[in-house]
Amino acid sequence: MTETSSHEPAALALENVGKRFGSVIALSDVSMSVPKNQVTCVLGDNGAGKSTLIKILSGVHTPSDGQMYVNGEPTTFGSPREALDMGIATVFQDLATVPLMAVWRNFYLGNEPTRGFWPFKGLRTKYAKESCKAELAEMGIDIRDTEQPVGTLSGGERQAVSIARAVHFGANVLILDEPTSALGVKQSGVVLKHIRNAADAGVSVVFITHNPHHAYLVGDNFYLLNRGQMMAEYTKENVSREELVKAMAGGAELDALAHELGAKG
Amino acid sequence: MSTATAVDERVSKASPLTRLMRRPEIGALMGALVVYIFFAVADQTGTFFSLDGTARWTDVASTYGIIAIAVALLMIGGEFDLSSGVMIGSSGLFAGLLMTEYNIGVWPSIFLTFLFAAAIGFTNGWLVVTTGLPSFIVTLAMFFSLRGINLGVTKLLTDTVRVAGIAELPDGSPRPGYESAKAVFASDFSAYSFRIAVVWWLVLTVLATLVLTRTRFGNWIFAVGGDSNAARNVGVPVRRTKIMLFMYVSMSSCLVGIISLMRLKSMQAGQGVTQEFIFIIAAVVGGCLLTGGYGSAIGGTIGAAIIGMAFIGIAYAQWNTDWTWLFLGLILFVAVLTNSLIRRRFQGARK
Repeated sequence: MTETSSHEPAALALENVGKRFGSVIALSDVSMSVPKNQVTCVLGDNGAGKSTLIKILSGVHTPSDGQMYVNGEPTTFGSPREALDMGIATVFQDLATVPLMAVWRNFYLGNEPTRGFWPFKGLRTKYAKESCKAELAEMGIDIRDTEQPVGTLSGGERQAVSIARAVHFGANVLILDEPTSALGVKQSGVVLKHIRNAADAGVSVVFITHNPHHAYLVGDNFYLLNRGQMMAEYTKENVSREELVKAMAGGAELDALAHELGAKG
Repeated sequence: MSTATAVDERVSKASPLTRLMRRPEIGALMGALVVYIFFAVADQTGTFFSLDGTARWTDVASTYGIIAIAVALLMIGGEFDLSSGVMIGSSGLFAGLLMTEYNIGVWPSIFLTFLFAAAIGFTNGWLVVTTGLPSFIVTLAMFFSLRGINLGVTKLLTDTVRVAGIAELPDGSPRPGYESAKAVFASDFSAYSFRIAVVWWLVLTVLATLVLTRTRFGNWIFAVGGDSNAARNVGVPVRRTKIMLFMYVSMSSCLVGIISLMRLKSMQAGQGVTQEFIFIIAAVVGGCLLTGGYGSAIGGTIGAAIIGMAFIGIAYAQWNTDWTWLFLGLILFVAVLTNSLIRRRFQGARK
C-alpha cells in the first residue's frame, strides 16, 4: 500500500487512516501514497473530508487510527512545526497569513532569516524585504510594496504569496489546499504552472481540489474522496478527463441531472 | 536583482511625513506634545517645564512605563494581564518577607522574587493557552487570588498589613546588601534628582522595541496576536510565545515592586492594586490595538509619559488631584479616537 510502482518509498503515505471528532467521523480507512517528484491530486466535493486529510498530512491533527509514513518510515506529527522540519510545507485554504503584518514579515514567518548569535540575534530585515520581492517576482507575482500589510492584497495575491512561500521553504513535499479556488482563470493557470514546475524540480506535490479540470492538467495520480472515504484511485494513463469529471460529479447522478435538464429544455 | 530593488511605478512615493504618520504611536506622540504644552501653560508653580518638574513627571511615568511596555507587547500578542498591578505588591511583599522573616540576603531575595514572578507569569500564560479561556478571565482570577494571598500571608507572618524594616536589621544596624540594591533600583542622579527608574524605563523601551521589530520573537508576537491559527500553521510556537509574554509582564511588575520596596523601605499589602488599568490605558493610548496584532513598545512608553505628565501636571496646576481620573478617562477616549482617525487618513484604503 505504501509502495509505489518503483521500489523507492513514497514521500508521504497513509495507511487505513481515520479521524474522529467526538462522534463525528471525518475520515475513515483512508489509504494513499504520494510518490516522489509527482503531483498527486485529491479530489472531493464540499464536506468530503479534504480539509481533515490535509490537516493530518501537515501535522495540525493527529489521526485517530491508522499510520502515516514519511519516506517509508512510520511517523507521527505532534505539530505543524514537526512536519515543516521534515520538509513538508502546506498552503492552507484559510491562507495562513496574518492580515495586519507586512508581506515580507508574512513571507518569512516561522522561517525568519537571522544573523548573529544569541542574545544579539537579529532579523535580516533589509535582506528579507529584498529577497521576498525577488522571490515573488521570480514566481511571476508582482507585489507593489513588501511593507504593505497582507490584508490589503487581493485574495489571489494573498494566495500567491502563500504558495510562493511554501515553494520557497517546502524542501520536498508541498501540500496545496484548494490553491486555485479563489483565483481567476489567468492566475489559476500561473499557479498550475508553478505546481508542475515544482514537481519537475523534485518536489512531491499533494494538490487538493474540487476542480477535476485543474487536477487533470497537472496531476500524475488522482484520488477521489467522498464522505470521508477514499472512493477511487487513478493514474494519468488509465483515466481520461471526462471520466475524472464524471467520477467526481458522481457519474450516474450527473447523467440523471443532464437528462432532467434536457427534458425540460 | 534590479527588479527587486527598483522603485515600483505603481506605488506613489510616500513622503517622509506620511511614512511617519503611519507609525502606530504617532497619535500618542502628538497627544503627548499637546498634553505637555497644556500643562506647561496651566502650571501655577513654574516648575513643570523645568528640569525639576521633568524629574518629577518622569519619575511617575517610569514606574508605569516599565510595565506598560510589557503590557503593550502582550496586547500586540493578543492577550491581557489584569494581574500586572497586584504583582507589584506581591513581588515587593515576597522579597520583603524573605528578607525580614527568613533572613535571606537582599540580593538572593531579589533573585528569588524574579523567579517567583516568572512562575506567576508562566502560570497565567500556561492557563490561558491550555484552557483556551480569555486571558481577561484567567488573569482576573489571578488578580483576586494574589490580592487575597498578599493580605492573608502578610497578616499571618507579620500580624500587620505591611512589611517594614527593609533598610535595617532588627538590631538597628544597616541590612547588608541594601545599599547596593538601592543604588541599582532606587537611587537618584544629577542635581535635579532624576530617578534611576527612568534609566530602567528608557533602556527597556529600547530593548523591547528592538525585540519587537528586529528579532524572530518580535515577528512571532505580531503573528500570534494577528492570527494565532495562521501563525501556528506556519510553525510559530504560539503557546511558547504567549507564555513568554505573560512572564515578561509579571517580571516587569516584579521590577517595579523591587524598585518600590527599595524606595519606601517597606511594602503595603495593597500596593499596586488598581494600577493594572493604568498600564492598559498607556498601551492603548500608545496605539496598540485592543484586539492584538498591531502596536509598538514605544507607544506604551509615550502613553506612560502622558499619564505621568497628567498626574504631576494637575498637581502643579494646583487643581484638585481628584480630577486626575477624569482626565485619564478623557485622554484614553480622545487618544483612541485620534489613533483610529489617523490610521484611516494616512493609510488610505488600508484597514
